[in-house]
Amino acid sequence: MKFSLSWLKEHLDTEASVDEIAETLTKIGLEVEEVFNPAAQLEGFVTAKIESCEMHPDSDHLHLLKVNNGKETLQIVCGAPNCHQGMIGVLAPVGVVIPAFNEVLKVGKIRGVESFGMMCSEKELGIGEDHNGIIELDASTPVGVPAKEVLPIDPVIEISITPNRAECLGVRGIARDLAAAGLGHLKPLKIEHKNGTFASPIKIKIDDFDACPVYVGRYIKGVNNKAQTPKWMKDRLAAIGLRSISPLVDVTNYINYDMARPLHVFDADKLKGNITVRMAKDGEKFVSLEDKEYTLDSKSLGICDDEGIQCLGGIMGGAEKGCQPETTNVLVECALFNPLVIARTGRKFQIDSDSRYRYERWVDPKSNVLGSDYAVQLITEICGGEVSEMEIAGVESFEPKCAYIRPSRMKDFVGIEVSKTQIMDILHKLGFEVSDEGERVKAVSPTWRGDIEGEHDLVEEIVRMIGLDKIPAETLPHGKFPKQVLSPAQQRAVTVKHELASRGMLETVTWSFTDSKLAKDFRQNEDAVLLYNPITAELDEMRPSILPNLLLAVKNNIARGYDNLALFEVGPAFYGRNPGEQDQVAGGVRSGMTAKKNWIGDVRPYDVFDAKADALAAIAAANGPWENAQITNDAPKYYHPGRSGTLRLGKNVLAYFGELHPMILKKFGIKQRVVAFEVNLTNIPLPRAAHDKARKKLELSQFQPVDKDLAFVVDKSVSAASVVAAAKNADRNLISEVRVFDVYEGENLPAGKKSIAIALTFQPKEATLTDKEIETLMKKVEVEVGKKVAGGAVLR
Amino acid sequence: MENLESLKAEILAAIAQAQDLKAWDEARVAALGKKGKVTELMKGMGALPVEQKIEMGKKLNVLKAEIEQALENRRNELAEKEMNEKLAKETIDVTLPIRDEVQGRIHPVSKIYEEVVAIFGEMGFEVAEGPDIEDQFHNFNALNMPANHPARQMQDTFYIPNKNSDDFDDSYVVRTHTSPVQIRTMESKKPPIRIIAPGRTYRSDYDATHTPMFHQVEGLVIDKNITMAHLKGCLYDFVKAFFELDEIPVRYRPSYFPFTEPSAEMDIGCLKTKSELKIGAGTDWLEILGCGMVHPNVLRAGGIDPDEYQGFAFGMGIDRLAMLKYGIPDLRTFFESDVRWLKHYGFNPLDFSSMTGGLSNNGGSAR
Repeated sequence: MKFSLSWLKEHLDTEASVDEIAETLTKIGLEVEEVFNPAAQLEGFVTAKIESCEMHPDSDHLHLLKVNNGKETLQIVCGAPNCHQGMIGVLAPVGVVIPAFNEVLKVGKIRGVESFGMMCSEKELGIGEDHNGIIELDASTPVGVPAKEVLPIDPVIEISITPNRAECLGVRGIARDLAAAGLGHLKPLKIEHKNGTFASPIKIKIDDFDACPVYVGRYIKGVNNKAQTPKWMKDRLAAIGLRSISPLVDVTNYINYDMARPLHVFDADKLKGNITVRMAKDGEKFVSLEDKEYTLDSKSLGICDDEGIQCLGGIMGGAEKGCQPETTNVLVECALFNPLVIARTGRKFQIDSDSRYRYERWVDPKSNVLGSDYAVQLITEICGGEVSEMEIAGVESFEPKCAYIRPSRMKDFVGIEVSKTQIMDILHKLGFEVSDEGERVKAVSPTWRGDIEGEHDLVEEIVRMIGLDKIPAETLPHGKFPKQVLSPAQQRAVTVKHELASRGMLETVTWSFTDSKLAKDFRQNEDAVLLYNPITAELDEMRPSILPNLLLAVKNNIARGYDNLALFEVGPAFYGRNPGEQDQVAGGVRSGMTAKKNWIGDVRPYDVFDAKADALAAIAAANGPWENAQITNDAPKYYHPGRSGTLRLGKNVLAYFGELHPMILKKFGIKQRVVAFEVNLTNIPLPRAAHDKARKKLELSQFQPVDKDLAFVVDKSVSAASVVAAAKNADRNLISEVRVFDVYEGENLPAGKKSIAIALTFQPKEATLTDKEIETLMKKVEVEVGKKVAGGAVLR
Repeated sequence: MENLESLKAEILAAIAQAQDLKAWDEARVAALGKKGKVTELMKGMGALPVEQKIEMGKKLNVLKAEIEQALENRRNELAEKEMNEKLAKETIDVTLPIRDEVQGRIHPVSKIYEEVVAIFGEMGFEVAEGPDIEDQFHNFNALNMPANHPARQMQDTFYIPNKNSDDFDDSYVVRTHTSPVQIRTMESKKPPIRIIAPGRTYRSDYDATHTPMFHQVEGLVIDKNITMAHLKGCLYDFVKAFFELDEIPVRYRPSYFPFTEPSAEMDIGCLKTKSELKIGAGTDWLEILGCGMVHPNVLRAGGIDPDEYQGFAFGMGIDRLAMLKYGIPDLRTFFESDVRWLKHYGFNPLDFSSMTGGLSNNGGSAR
């Protein structure tokens, strides 16, 4: 919402400066976004007198001026038709910036004649719309004084209006708030009701009083829409960015911004028959004044004549029957519409207008006759014409809401004492009808306020007016000591992030959205969670996995020249559209080499075991069963079928890891191998209770452990894990560790076989092992592995 | 006797001249070996008369001791020399660079999350969470924003169709704020309530200062006697702690949110210049959060009696806090996964946040 200072002063009697006004506005909840003061741009501009004015020798419209700036006389070429000898105007000397052009003025040469400055119009100075000629100041104006001291400058203030303060979408509402805040007095309105001299030839009928409770129509005959809108009105509209169109349009715009009161004016000669206010029929067409055609439904409200809908009630006028310069007879509409109907229709057909904006929030239900009178007054002042008697359908009646405030509530709720007298005074100034009821104050809301429902609303009014800065700040009293700030699930997510970052991975945060075209391959079920209104086609699905976004990150970083990458993210992955159908996932990717090449030469490409290590580390950091998880080679299809795995606890999938499938990488345009993991944190069981935090007792043996190696020849298809498991099983008591230290396929082995070498650690607990005991243990391992491993195993 | 003196001189010279352990050993054998000169002399003593034998014995013992001492000294010298030569050969150029160590970093959003949790944790808050996809009841209606409420248009909402209903009002939304967690918390626990709810939020807006996804942290305090003065105190304590300043100018402006009344926005004092933004000093104001006293309709929607309980709520942008505190200029870069950015603005994984141990070590130097 914008307004100029002079416009505000039309309603507010005040001596306050622009700065004081701006500061107060923000303090009372009308936040100032910008104060535009044209004076700030007029440094260096001075008043100057045209001492002589001759025609330019080479032009039939340019003038050659001698201009006195109080110090010297300058030669200036000027094209303005109104310049003449003796005139006092505003001189832009060489070197200043002309506000309208935002360019530094230089010495010019126009048709061979040098010009040392410029005489300016209002528009060029950014203080008005007039560009028909240069500014002519009063003949008594002194020469050589700063222009900003003598020009009629009207600063513009822009404020943001919150949805509850609809009345401040009119300058008068703002003036009232400022007056209540002590910044002057609200001036009385100067609107008079004009009695008509004839009956309106157009009658009004309302079919749906819920959508339109009251409609006031006023017929004016013989208006001159070619008349000039007065300068003051043009300037005020221009100041808030509205172009003057014609007096009839300008008046409706002006009242909309002056009183937050939307109006509409029909060309009465184009209307056929009477006005009926009714809901549209399904499929009924309407062409707006912006020349867009809409196919309406039965929930949209139309203002109709015999030929159909001529105005989408409260939202936008029609193309056909609006005012033109030639218009001579008009019907002025001032009506009340149901905000819900307006909001629905506006949203459904996506029509934004100043009118919709106001109706949707709140239009004073008692301002229909008043608004109509105001419009009639301004139109007849500007365009002349003869006014009919008032046509009114429905009744202008409104029972204002009444609320109560207990003065004690200020201390109890806000923390500051405010006296009953002060409360009543503030509410009164804001337009409430107040009465003292002892323990409480009764406040009847003014009709322009639609937002007052109860005590909390009145409390807010008081707080606004006394100022939030008056409320003391008190440190929050100690509450009960919280059990735990972070829940165990939240806490472990934090730990997992730090674990992965300490493993050399960069944490990133990517959109929860992803590209459905890319996400398709990553869905675990058929139901893609697609957005109804995505912001772009590339962000149209709630991601079923973190990986697509991480792969895009890989691609983009490679494109920037960074191809050794280790990235992870902890965040949601969505498996359904219902609230809560999401898992918390730690996902990561690595690609390229473990480090940049170095002179030592010990870098290597990332491989599947890096991803597996990340997954296990994340599970371990989340306090999950990383050692007991079963590993199977059935990761989803976006992984490399031969280089990927699933980590499970029972049925629950804890993680997937592996190299990504080359076909997937191709779709992303990635030409190097990428390994990845996804740990589903939601599936990692939480500790049952706090006492689970106690560690298992550490049993330390005082006897020396013994390390022995064995190598087995097994079928190629045998997994290393099954060999290790069988070996461990040989003696659960004495074998404390089994590690694979070599895997060999090739020469010296039968076809279809491979060799797996394991290192065994025997940890005696009661006595040092004898050679014989060690030999027995080795034999046990040999027998157990040979028995348990599919296809058998023989010592190599 | 003169012979002994010259023999001694001869042997000591041989020892001194030995340039390596081999030469040293030759000198030792020549003097003290089985057939060494001193050994020979000792053997020859038997033929001497008793008196001479005693005297000769003393002299030879002294000589032998001197030679042994000289041998040991020389051997030490040679060993040291040999070690020095070996080490000299092992010399490397220590100005050579180290292996390229890949250091991970924590994203600023996670860091701010931890800092905010540390501060409010100290004030007795617990962390609550809610789903990213919400129903309209929790995201709007329960927060005093019924259908057609103009405030719904303040938030450009992403919708997800509900497969069980064609009615648009039944479609799900991707939450536009963390405020639905207020309702979910009130539904699941009784007052007193003191929670913060950090998380991802979404609005259909994408320009220099808006991204379709961003992060908020919500706060909710409900008890019997919580006033707006506590709201001011709590948030003032927070901003001081967060920006790690002893004092910070703050300003509250009345504002409007459907779910609070009275509502306010909080500004902090700062100094804006073309090149930098300095928090805590100067004449400019910077909006940092929205807050207010919980609207009675919201309490009712959460099943709490507004005549018995009251309290305040607040919400602020985590990404914005990160930008302000750590001088990150562009919101959009938070979500671009540019490794150069992640390294530069990220934090050392061992830089944990706590009120006792410090909120931030400024990330540690990036490596």
